[in-house]
Amino acid sequence: MLKIENLQASIDDKSILKGLNLEVKAGEVHAIMGPNGAGKSTLANIIAGKDDYEITEGTIELNGEDISELAPEERAHNGVFLSFQYPVEIPGVSVTNFIKTAINETRKAKGLEDMPAKDMLKMIREKSELLEIDRKFLSRSLNEGFSGGEKKRNEIFQMAMLEPKLAILDETDSGLDIDALRIVANGVNKLKSKDNAVIVITHYQRLLDYIVPDFVHVLHNGKIVKSGDASLAIELEAKGYDWIKQELV
Amino acid sequence: MSKYTEDDLEQELKTQEYKYGFYTDIESETFAKGLNEDVVIAISKKKNEPQWMTDWRLEAYRVWKKMEEPEWANVHYTKPKFQDIAYYSAPKEKPKLNSLDEVDPELLDTFKRLGISLDEQKKLANVAVDIVMDSVSVATTFKKTLGEKGIIFMPISEAIQEHPELVRKYLGTVVPTTDNFYAALNSAVFSDGSFCYIPKGVRCPMELSTYFRINEGGTGQFERTLVVADKGSYVSYLEGCTAPSRDENQLHAAVVELIALDDSEIKYSTVQNWYPGNKEGKGGVYNFVTKRAICETNAKVSWTQVETGSAVTWKYPSCILKGNNSVGEFYSIAVTNNHQQADTGTKMIHLGKNTKSTIISKGISAGKSQNSYRGLVQISSRAENARNFSQCDSLLMGNDCGAHTFPYIEVKNKSAQIEHEATTSKIGEEQLFYCNQRGIDTEKAIALIVNGFSKEVLNKLPMEFAVEAQKLLEISLEGSVG
Ligand SMILES: Nc1ncnc2c1ncn2[C@@H]1O[C@H](COP(=O)(O)OP(=O)(O)OP(=O)(O)O)[C@@H](O)[C@H]1O
Ligand SMILES: [Mg+2]
Repeated sequence: MLKIENLQASIDDKSILKGLNLEVKAGEVHAIMGPNGAGKSTLANIIAGKDDYEITEGTIELNGEDISELAPEERAHNGVFLSFQYPVEIPGVSVTNFIKTAINETRKAKGLEDMPAKDMLKMIREKSELLEIDRKFLSRSLNEGFSGGEKKRNEIFQMAMLEPKLAILDETDSGLDIDALRIVANGVNKLKSKDNAVIVITHYQRLLDYIVPDFVHVLHNGKIVKSGDASLAIELEAKGYDWIKQELV
Repeated sequence: MSKYTEDDLEQELKTQEYKYGFYTDIESETFAKGLNEDVVIAISKKKNEPQWMTDWRLEAYRVWKKMEEPEWANVHYTKPKFQDIAYYSAPKEKPKLNSLDEVDPELLDTFKRLGISLDEQKKLANVAVDIVMDSVSVATTFKKTLGEKGIIFMPISEAIQEHPELVRKYLGTVVPTTDNFYAALNSAVFSDGSFCYIPKGVRCPMELSTYFRINEGGTGQFERTLVVADKGSYVSYLEGCTAPSRDENQLHAAVVELIALDDSEIKYSTVQNWYPGNKEGKGGVYNFVTKRAICETNAKVSWTQVETGSAVTWKYPSCILKGNNSVGEFYSIAVTNNHQQADTGTKMIHLGKNTKSTIISKGISAGKSQNSYRGLVQISSRAENARNFSQCDSLLMGNDCGAHTFPYIEVKNKSAQIEHEATTSKIGEEQLFYCNQRGIDTEKAIALIVNGFSKEVLNKLPMEFAVEAQKLLEISLEGSVG
C-alpha cells in the first residue's frame, strides 16, 4: 500500500526527515512512536501532501504509484486520510456540511454524482452512532469551541465517513478520556479490513491495547531507528527512549 | 389562481411583447449624449409623464447642477464624464420569443452559472419576476395574483400613470432630490424602476423579485425604486443584478426608498454582481446607490445585501427609525477581488423611543481590492432607550488587499445602549490544508470558508436567494488564490 524509501525532507533548510524507510501493506496496523520533535507529524504531513516541506531525496509510493507530485486533495481522493494532531477550526461551516462537501468532492474527482441526500443522512446516522456522537454536535461549526477530545472524535467520524485506504492517526488518543479512547479505538477497529491500512502515531501504549499493531516503529531524529512487534511498545512504556538512543551511539 | 407555471410565464411574455410600443415601432432608441434641461424634459415626455413629474425632475436637475461630486469615500476612480453619458435608452427589438430560453441568452447563461436557470426558477415557487432590461421593464408577472390582494407591483413609469396619487405622495419623501449628488442626478433622469405598494394589513404572499441589468454600452442606468408598506402589512422584496462584461466604465446611480408605515415590515434583499472590471482593473460598473428606509411606529425594515460586483461601490442602505419601537437591521456581505473598491455600510438614525438597530457586516477582500465598512449610528436626544448592536468582520485573502472599518457613533441620549464588535481574520494555510486533506480543492475550500464566514448574513436571505448568493461568492472569488 505505502512504500517510503530513503525519505529526506526539510523545512526552511532545516533537515527534519533524514532517510526514512517504511513499508505498510494492506490489512496492517503500524504504530509510530518516538520522542517529541522526532518528526512524526512531519512524516504524516508529508504523506498527506503538505507543501511546506521540501523533499530533497527519496520516494513515496501509494499502491505502486509515486504520489510525491500529487496535490493533497488528489492524495485524499486516492484514499489517504490524516487525523490531525491539531485539527483547525472552520467557523460557520457545520460538521455535516463539511463532510458532505468532502465526500461529494471526492466522488466528483472519481467522476461520480453527488451522494443522494438520503444515503448521506443514513451514513451520517450510522457512523455517528458507531462513534457515539450526539447528532446535535454535527450541526456545530467545525472544531469551533470543541473540546480536545471532541475534536479527535470528530476526526475519526470523518475518517469513518470517508472510508480511506490509508489512515494516519496523529496522536488521536491525546485528549481523549478513558471512555472516549475505547469508543474511538473500537470505531477504528470496526473500520479496519484486509484492504486498508492504519498508521497510528502515539506516545502511549494505552491506545495500542485497543488498536493492536502488527508493527511498532521508533522514529528518532528523522529516521526509523527500531522496529518490532507490539511488545516493543510495552518495552518503551517501561523503559522510555534512552536505551534506544544509547544503542545508536 | 392556480399554480403559475413556466408555460404561463412564457405565454405572458409573448402577449406583453406588444404592450410596449417601442417594441413594434422603435428599433433602438438612445438619446444623444449629454445632460441639460431639454434632455430632462425629453425623458419625461418620452414617458408621457404628468407635468408635476416633469417639474419634479427639473427641480432635481437644477439642484444637481450646483452640487459637487462627493469625495469622502475611501475609493479612487476616474470620475464619470456626465456629459458623455446617454441618459435614455430603450431596448432594441428582439426576435419574437418562442420559448423562455430566448428571453436573453446572456442573462440566461448567468442564471445558469448561478444555478438559477429559469428552469429552476419554476421550482422556486412564489417568486414573481419583473425583468428590467436597459431601463425599461419588459415583463411583469404575477400581477394578477397580487392584484387580487390589492398589491401594486409594477414599473415605476407605469405607476406614475396608473397610481399618480400614491407615487406623488411618497416619491422623494425618504430620499429628497436634494439629498446628495447621485440622488439628485437620479431624480432628474431616472428612466424606470419598480413601484410596490402593500395595502393595510396585507401580507404579501410571495417574494417580490426584480432583475436589473445594464445592456447598452455607454448608457447610464438610473433606477428608482419605491416600496410602500401600509399599516400592518408585510413584504419581502428581492433585487438582483447581473451585467455582462464591458470595457468602459458604466455609471449606475440608483435610488431606493422604503416606507414602512405603523406596524409594517419590509425585508429588502439585494444580490449585486455587476461587472467588476477585469483582472487589471479595467472596465466595470460604478455603483453609487442611495437606499434609505423610514420606519414609523413599531415598523421594521431589514436590509440584506450581498455585494460582489462593480468596480467601485458606494452604498449605505439606511434606516430612519422615526416611530417608537421601530427596528432597523442591516446584514451585509461585501466581496472585493482584483482591483475592486467598495465603500459600503449603513446609517441607523434613532429618533423614536425604544428603537433598536442591528448591523452585521462581513467584508471579504481578495486580490488588490479595498473593502471599507462605513457605518453611522446616531441616537437623537429624544430617542429614549435606543439600542444598537454592530458587528463588523473582515476576512482577508492574501497580502495585497485591504479592509477598513469606519464606525461613527453619535449619541445624544444617555439611556442608549451601544455595542460594537470588530474582527479581522485571514484564511489560514492550515485551514486550506485541512480541507485539501479531506479531498476539497483550494478553490472549493475558500468558497466553503467564505460561506461559513458569511453565514449569519446568508441565513437572512430567502432560501432561493441564499443558494444563488453562495454560488455568487464562489464565482467572484474564482482565481483569487494560487
Ligand atoms: N513549520 C516548521 N518550521 C520550523 N520547524 C518545524 C516546522 N514544522 C516542524 N518543525 C520542526 O520539525 C521537528 C519535527 O516536528 P514534528 O511536529 O514532526 O515532531 P513530532 O515527532 O510530531 O513531535 P510531537 O511528538 O511533539 O508531536 C521539530 O523540531 C519541529 O520544531
Ligand atoms: Mg506530532
